[in-house]
Amino acid sequence: MAEVKRVERPLSPHLQIYRPQLTSFTSILTRITGNALIVGVLLAVWWLLAAATSPAYFEMANAVATSWFGDLIFTLSAWALWYHYLAGLRHLYFDAGKGLDIETAEKLGMGMIVGSVVLTIITLILV
Amino acid sequence: MVQFTLPKNSKIRVGKTWPKPEGKNVRKFQIYRWDPDTGENPRVDTYFLDMDKCGPMVLDALIKIKNEVDPTLTFRRSCREGICGSCAMNIDGINTLACIYGLDEIKGDVKIYPLPHMPVVKDLIPDLTHFYAQHASIMPWLETKTNRPAKEWRQSIEDRKKLDGLYECVMCASCSTSCPSYWWNGDKYLGPAALLHAYRWIIDSRDEATGERLDNLEDPFKLYRCHTIMNCAKTCPKGLNPAKAIAEIKRMMINRHV
Repeated sequence: MAEVKRVERPLSPHLQIYRPQLTSFTSILTRITGNALIVGVLLAVWWLLAAATSPAYFEMANAVATSWFGDLIFTLSAWALWYHYLAGLRHLYFDAGKGLDIETAEKLGMGMIVGSVVLTIITLILV
Repeated sequence: MVQFTLPKNSKIRVGKTWPKPEGKNVRKFQIYRWDPDTGENPRVDTYFLDMDKCGPMVLDALIKIKNEVDPTLTFRRSCREGICGSCAMNIDGINTLACIYGLDEIKGDVKIYPLPHMPVVKDLIPDLTHFYAQHASIMPWLETKTNRPAKEWRQSIEDRKKLDGLYECVMCASCSTSCPSYWWNGDKYLGPAALLHAYRWIIDSRDEATGERLDNLEDPFKLYRCHTIMNCAKTCPKGLNPAKAIAEIKRMMINRHV
């Protein structure tokens, strides 16, 4: 038998070359919104803590929360919350073994993207 | 674990550009190359083919390159009709079989890579050892306890129909290597192909080891790394739906506990 030469095999490219799909995009967005919401909630907690600390400190926190930057964070958080909520509903539907054909799954995915934006706009109008 | 970049020895360099033929209908091909004998990093070579003298499928182009341009180009192929699963590779950003994927389905240059996130043996050939071992681990055979019947194990037409959409799998590994979960946790997560086969035996009316089969899958990694990303169903060159099969296994897991 010929001498066996050990070669370290390269790993074939993955994320670098795989074309993003609607289903994979909506899936990773669920994870991203979920994690981003942790940060959003921490900011809301900071605002409440400031209210419990002192009037001066609350004034500072409130100024940040009501600035354009605060508005942006809360708008994005509202969208993330709606998106994550709709994604959760879709997961429940999937777990029932339904909607798993590509056509329906992609329609649900589009529904999540469009639905979350529409619900965010409604939220902004109402609040 | 999630890795966004390739290891040092896997980073892709710009490769050789091969001569361009005469002709009005010349198309550019960019193909991943790696030669274990040189010790160099992988590269992407550029080839040109006159499409007026080439067959319609991606595999036709690969064979033409190997025959007429560069005999060192290495890939697996056998049946050229989508039944052996040998020529699975990443074409134009998705995993499919080169023999049944038409060149006319691709816009622009044709980009060909081996199946994603796999150890490369040479050029477009991935090492499927672990993938096959995972398939073997789900016991891909009929398990029975009752006495063997005098002739064959019978099955009603309705029960046989439950295997449609499952038995057609040719184990090409397109689905498993399209799955981000399998990329990050392929050492422990069984992946869509093995799980589709697992389900194929779980719902076979003749099989008598359903409980053991479910026990074997009841594991945070083997089954539950599926997050219904659905790249598997989207890419399957046979039009099967592993995501649906996995969802059915998860349902059976819940149902036997309530």
